[in-house]
This record gives sequence, structure tokens and C-alpha cells, in this order.
Amino acid sequence: MSATVLLEARGLAIRFGGVVAADGVDLDVFEGEKLAIIGPNGAGKTTFLNITTGYLKPQAGTVRFLGREITAHRPRDITRFGIARAFQIPQLFLDHTVIENLLIAAAGQSGRTILMRSLHDLPERSDMEALLDLVSIRDVADRKAGELPEGKRKLVDIAVALALKPRLLLMDEPTSGVASSEKFAIMDILVAALDKQRVTSVFVEHDMDMVTRYADRVAVWSAGKIQMSGPPAEVLADPVVREQVIGI
Amino acid sequence: MASRSTVLSWTLAAVVVAAGVIPLLIPSMATLVVLILAKGIVVLGIIILLQAGQVSFGHAMFFAAGSYTAGFWGRYLGVGDLFAYLVVGTVVATLLGLLVGLFVVRYREIFFGMLNLAFSMVLWSLLEKMFHLTNGADGMRVPRPTVFGMAFSPDNFQYVLLYLTLAIATAATFAVQRFLESPTGNMLRAIKSNETRLEYLGVSARRVLLIGYVISAALGGIGGVLVAVAQQIATPEFAYWTKSGEFVFIAILGGVGNALGAFAGSAVFELVRFYASAQLANSWQLILGIVLIAIILFAPNGLIGLWKRQRAARDET
Repeated sequence: MSATVLLEARGLAIRFGGVVAADGVDLDVFEGEKLAIIGPNGAGKTTFLNITTGYLKPQAGTVRFLGREITAHRPRDITRFGIARAFQIPQLFLDHTVIENLLIAAAGQSGRTILMRSLHDLPERSDMEALLDLVSIRDVADRKAGELPEGKRKLVDIAVALALKPRLLLMDEPTSGVASSEKFAIMDILVAALDKQRVTSVFVEHDMDMVTRYADRVAVWSAGKIQMSGPPAEVLADPVVREQVIGI
Repeated sequence: MASRSTVLSWTLAAVVVAAGVIPLLIPSMATLVVLILAKGIVVLGIIILLQAGQVSFGHAMFFAAGSYTAGFWGRYLGVGDLFAYLVVGTVVATLLGLLVGLFVVRYREIFFGMLNLAFSMVLWSLLEKMFHLTNGADGMRVPRPTVFGMAFSPDNFQYVLLYLTLAIATAATFAVQRFLESPTGNMLRAIKSNETRLEYLGVSARRVLLIGYVISAALGGIGGVLVAVAQQIATPEFAYWTKSGEFVFIAILGGVGNALGAFAGSAVFELVRFYASAQLANSWQLILGIVLIAIILFAPNGLIGLWKRQRAARDET
């Protein structure tokens, strides 16, 4: 594994009323890896994504991305630094077609927002079509995002994030809400796309089958701290993790 | 089957020809057509903001900014040129749009609408109360301007104004349609469907809305100059909230999905007002109200939506 640290969280603390989501979280994300974050429901895993993308400000602690402190920045600035996010519930422009969703992302990424040229004529269009191929959703390119089934929307949501050409992609339960028969197919597509684009990824996951099969490393988030991290086989075999997180 | 854009181009051409020819046959229609087109230009601006799901109940302030530019010019600088009125009126409305826009784009929906209303009512009171400068509620006369340095008789002037307005309206329609198809225009619609995601694409939704807002203010100014020149007067009522409501009304009447809706709505509105007020002096608003209720109930996408639906039904059979 490459030793370059892409994202570095130190001493993150945040509480919502009486609920402690993070209480001194230290977590590194290394370039090129696929890191899964697991933990009991409500432990604060999504909060970590919200802090990292600037949606929430921690009450203490810092996040550095490529050595630069990003803790106090807004989501759109952090996006520009190279961190993209896919959502648990797909966040799409439902009145736009799939290709238009990607083209809007591409225009946002390149800053090409000139007033008098059609969105469809952007030079990024062929890149975006290639991305649709990569994520296996070219067939729905001209369908409205609002008309698609959940599984396809998940893939569109991830494609929109990849359209930003991120260094790091944060995903919140990429296969939740998807029929279990489709989960592996979606993850296979997703992982192949991430490898091809050489995007480092962090994903919050509940499904241990997904973690075992797709993660390079697992971090266990429980009681406001990272309890342990390491290769999936090792972490998931730990008796405490099995009891507290997996619930066996 | 002709393609959609071909049909649209031919319809547009037919509308332009009709607007240009009918007043030649019925001279009394010339000023009415100017008013229809000029208000349609203002409503284009309302349609831009509606793409982002935002309704401005104060857009009359930009309309009045354009009108009063012509009024002030006439009062303090003497008879001016229509071209100069248009340029200066647009610049004034654009700057006002930038100034007000910097505040209002921070808000959404009802707060956006009401804040616009508040700004427009401030302008209305200034125009009404600063009697020594603005002639108060009586308004300011707008003497007939020259056009590119040439003076025209009243009869000829109404045709010059008509064709100039028609040219501006056509250009504005094309420009707005292009803008709505551009990346920024699509981002405006994205504000309506998912503003959070837009921010997560690295885009400032406020900046996108500000661009749309300033363009819509400029369109308001252009329409204001043309109406003031056509009616030869600018009054504080031009900035009043009922005027803003009228523009929103016309936008909904015409349909907000397409730039042409602005002119369809404006034509129906002005024609109903013109003929209904001749027949029913005090209750013509009643007719407009009934028309709007019918539109909202039976054609939520406005007159243009109704027309498109019929075409789609015909294409299927």
C-alpha cells in the first residue's frame, strides 16, 4: 500500500445535544486505498463525511487534505480541492436527463459556465459519455433522472461525483436501498470505475459482505472513536468488533 | 413530422409577422402591440427566475427604473434619443439588479419573494414622496424621443417604436432561450431541483442565481423604457406591487417552460384588459381572474403548455 496520506483527521469532536458522534477521532486515508468505515447505527459515520466535506464544522479537531487544512471550508470549496461525495439517498437533478446531470457537474468542475453556449455542446461531452459507459448506464443517458429506479440512480449519483475528477470519493452506503441481488453487480461496476480512474475512496457500509469483498482496509467507528483499523479479514474476526458492530 | 425546433421557429416567425403586419392594417393596434411586446420582455426575466423556482414580487422596481430613466431624461436633459434611453435605462436597471440581487439571492422562496416586494415598495415610496424631483403621484411625462437622431411625427413614430420593439423582443427571446440552454441556465433549474448537490459540485448557487437575477433586471429595464415611451409617461404605479404581480400573472398565464410563453401570456393579458375594460369598466379584473383560475386548473403549464400538449396528442395519432 502506498504510504502517501491523502486525508488526515485529528482529534475530531462533535456532539449533537447529548449524542456524542465523535470524541477524538483520528483517521488517515492513504492514497489509492478503498477504506470502509463500519460501526453501529448512529455512531457518527455519516457525520464524518459531513465534516470532511464541510457540511458540518467539528467542535474540535482538524481535517487536512493533501496537507492543507480544510476544516473551516464550505462544501463547494472542498469539492474544488478534489473531494467528491456520493450520497446515501441519491442527490440528483431530477428534472434533468442523466447526461445533463453529468454535464452540469462537468461545467461546475471546469468553471465553464459561459452564457451563450448549449450545455449539450460542452467539450466535456465525450468524456461524460465515456464515464456513462464506465458505470454501465449509457443506456439511460437521455432518460430523466427522476424516472430511474433506485439502483440506477445510485450509479448516476456516483457518476456525477466522478465527473468532478476527484482525488478522493466519499460514499455513504453505496448499495443501501438496492435489492440484494443487484448489490454485487453495482459494487463490481463501481470498484472497476474507481480503479480505472485511480480514485481513492472511503465508504460507509453496513453490509459486511460488501466490506469483506471490496475494502482494502476497515475502520471501526464506535462510541465516538476509531476502535481499530486494518485489513477486513483481521478486523472482522476480532471478537469485540463481532459483538458490538456486527452483532453476532 | 416536423421537428420540434422547426415548428417553434415557424411559430415564432408567424408571431413576428403577425405583430408586424396587424398594426399596419389596424393602426390603433400599434401601441397595444408595443405594450404586449414590452411587457413580454419583462416577463422573460420573471421566467428566468422561475427556472430556479424563485418568484419575485418586486420586479416592477426594474421596470420603473427603466421608465423613470426616460422620465428623468425628459425632465432634466430635454428630449433625448430612444437609443440612449434604452442603453441608459438598461444600465440603470442592471446596476440596481446587481445591488438588490446581492441581498436577495441569499434567500429562497417566500423570503425571496417578499424581500423583492420590500425593495420595490421602497422605490415606489421614493418616487411618490420625492415630489420635487419626481413630480410625485402624477408621474413624469416622457416626451417623444428622436430615434437615432431622427425626429418623427406621432403617426410615424408609433410604427418606428413598434418595429424597434419587435426587433428587441425577438432578439431577447432568442438570447433568453440560449441562456436557459447554457450551463448556467441549467444550473438555475438545478437550484430548483437540488441546491445542495449543486454546491457539492463546486458551484455557488448564489452566484448562479445572481447572474439570472441581473439578466432579469436588465430585461425589466428594457421593457420599462419601451412602455414609458409608448405611453409617454412614467408614474410611481410602475413600481407598485400590483405591477409586479401582473408580471408574475402573465408568466403563469403564458407558461414558464419556454421563452415564447412570455409573449403568449402578455398578448392574452393585454387583449383581455383592452377589450374587457371597454365592455366592463370596473370589473375587467374579474375576467382576468377567471382566465387565470382556468389556466391553473386545466393547463398548469400555461398557454404554451396547452399548445404543446395538443401537438403531442396529434403526433401520437
